[in-house]
Amino acid sequence: MLRRTFLGTAAMALALALTGGVHAASHSDKVKVGFVYVGPVGDGGWTYEHDKGRQAVEAEFGDKVETVFVESVPEGPDAERVMTQMALDGAKLIFTTSFGYMDPTINVAKKFPDVKFEHATGYKTAPNVGTYSARFYEGRAVQGTIAGRMTESNIIGYIGSYPIPEVIRGINSAYIHAKKVNPDVEFKIVWAFTWFDPAKEADAARTLIEQGADVILQHTDSTAPQAAAEAAGNVYTFGQASDMAEFAPKPRISSIIDNWAPYYIKQVKAVMDGTWKSEMTWDGIGPGMVGIGEITDAVPAEVKAEALALKDSIASGAYHPFTGPLKKQDGSDWLAEGETADDRTLAGMNFYVEGLTGDIPQ
Amino acid sequence: MLKLEKRRQPSRAWAWGAPVVAVIATILAGGLLFALDGTDPVAVIRTIFWDPLFGQHASFYRPQLLVKAAPLVLIAIGLSLGFRAGIWNIGAEGQYIIGALTGAGCALAFYPMEGWFIFPLMVICGALGGCLWAMIPAALKVVFGTNEILVSLMLVYVAEKILASMSLGLLKNPEGYGFPGSRNLAQYPSAHNAEIVAGTGMHWGVAAALIAVIFAYVLLNRHLLGFQIRLTGEAPRAARFAGVVPARLVVFCLGASGALAGLAGMFEVAGPSGQISIDFNVGYGFTAIIVAFLGRLHPVGILLAGLLMALTYVGGGISQSAQGLPAATIQMFQGMLLFFLLAFDVLTNYRLRLTRREVA
Repeated sequence: MLRRTFLGTAAMALALALTGGVHAASHSDKVKVGFVYVGPVGDGGWTYEHDKGRQAVEAEFGDKVETVFVESVPEGPDAERVMTQMALDGAKLIFTTSFGYMDPTINVAKKFPDVKFEHATGYKTAPNVGTYSARFYEGRAVQGTIAGRMTESNIIGYIGSYPIPEVIRGINSAYIHAKKVNPDVEFKIVWAFTWFDPAKEADAARTLIEQGADVILQHTDSTAPQAAAEAAGNVYTFGQASDMAEFAPKPRISSIIDNWAPYYIKQVKAVMDGTWKSEMTWDGIGPGMVGIGEITDAVPAEVKAEALALKDSIASGAYHPFTGPLKKQDGSDWLAEGETADDRTLAGMNFYVEGLTGDIPQ
Repeated sequence: MLKLEKRRQPSRAWAWGAPVVAVIATILAGGLLFALDGTDPVAVIRTIFWDPLFGQHASFYRPQLLVKAAPLVLIAIGLSLGFRAGIWNIGAEGQYIIGALTGAGCALAFYPMEGWFIFPLMVICGALGGCLWAMIPAALKVVFGTNEILVSLMLVYVAEKILASMSLGLLKNPEGYGFPGSRNLAQYPSAHNAEIVAGTGMHWGVAAALIAVIFAYVLLNRHLLGFQIRLTGEAPRAARFAGVVPARLVVFCLGASGALAGLAGMFEVAGPSGQISIDFNVGYGFTAIIVAFLGRLHPVGILLAGLLMALTYVGGGISQSAQGLPAATIQMFQGMLLFFLLAFDVLTNYRLRLTRREVA
């Protein structure tokens, strides 16, 4: 408590002391925007896409903005230090792009009430902290459809990162839609306990292939599973977070792309105009936050058409990927016929739907 | 031609001079690299080594240096005891994790009760957890003669799995909407490792690190056990004649370093970090090995080395956003530091001699 109060006062004292400096620095009227990344910008997945969003902000506003970023920031006290440093250096808006930055973001935001913070994938907000995330499960529905049609062994492998609601939603959504087009389909899930570790991800992919999987979905960020699938031959994969087009047309037959650029541009604009508000944004395919990468020619035309039709109906809001009747893994009822899942349940999803085997790691 | 010639006595001047020369060489070599990369080397070096101490926002960064250095020093002090005796505990990272888990677990067992005894109990649990984890390689070494380097290192990965399991299961915050990670101890006053003097960065872990430095100094210089540790490292045969029981020394050195690493983890989870999460550990246990050697395995040296290492972390973070340097730069910097140190260490035992090439 004491520390917080002190830093609050310290920050204010500093801000006062710096007013001169800030004036000097801002006579060009640049808005400084900070980005805190959990991985290296070259990870080819999660952080890479956030950094593309940052570049889009630079391209959009030119010399009206200045963006700074720090990569590979561990989720803990280091994150708090990096955010504070950005705020002290005059950033007006800071994007913190990993779930583990949640408490640090809230802590730092308290000390800098005039700086706006945007935290990705979390659930805590404050007057100057908004959250944003993407409905990746919408993309998983499209993937599941393609995967269910493409598998010949009827075994689909899934590389999970951490057993958190976002990942579990993806597994459920993919399974429901694979099952819909192929009732014999079976999911094998390997938990890698990492977001980015090429060696572990490749091991996971090889394990799944040895167990007979001929389609692999991944919720980890590196291209290592793609390379493992390519080496194995007749195995299909999907790009994750980023398009991973270098593995097209095979093994990568489509992808889920995180497209943060429109959102980042919108929020930076809001800060420039003074219209920024703390909101919880959760956008999907419709607003363009989730993109479906090109479905390659390795996929038969009718499957492609089916997948695109599903994508369009999700985008228009006509169809919700979690529509009843659906039961939980233990056989208990979840959604009645025609009922759709509410965001609250989805946000904290910690159960498998009926048909999935195995337990969620505890 | 240049020739290395063994000194009759290790040079005292070089023993203390090597770290300083290594730091200077790292700065020069790093600067050269930045220059080749097209960044202004003077600005980068200034950002890393000067700004956190005397720059515009130094009043924020100086306490951060203590926060960052405390676990490094605490762990490195423990490691140095073993390293001096030739007992190699490479698994401090694992002991750090287990100490954090037992410390936080103890606190969460009492949640939401408040009481003055909770924090001291956490300290004991943290030290005990780290110590017990280190007892595994110690016991295996004493009983079966296994290699403590391999066993302690492998146990790091086991500890990481336990950490993941705890974050997702037993210690998971019941009010966390299903997300992994424990309750935030910073919001639990009885368990919070708050700053002793607000705004200084001085939390109990920093105090413990300073106490450990003094304790280790006294132990090594004034105590029979310290003498035995040094003797075993320098002359194992003589040590046996002097009545040193190797098994007892193995247990003491691994136990002490495990307990200190456990303490570091406990203070970190109760203070700066606040919660157990899957990615709680950030490599302090490994970086502390560099700190121990950079500090010449001497308590005061380790204190200085820990602060220097903290400076590279804090300054490195600033240079990333200020000059757009990649994160790998700072790892490279730390790597170069150890590399140059080992290189210049040669001069402690050898001297360079310019000789004429002899005709065969």
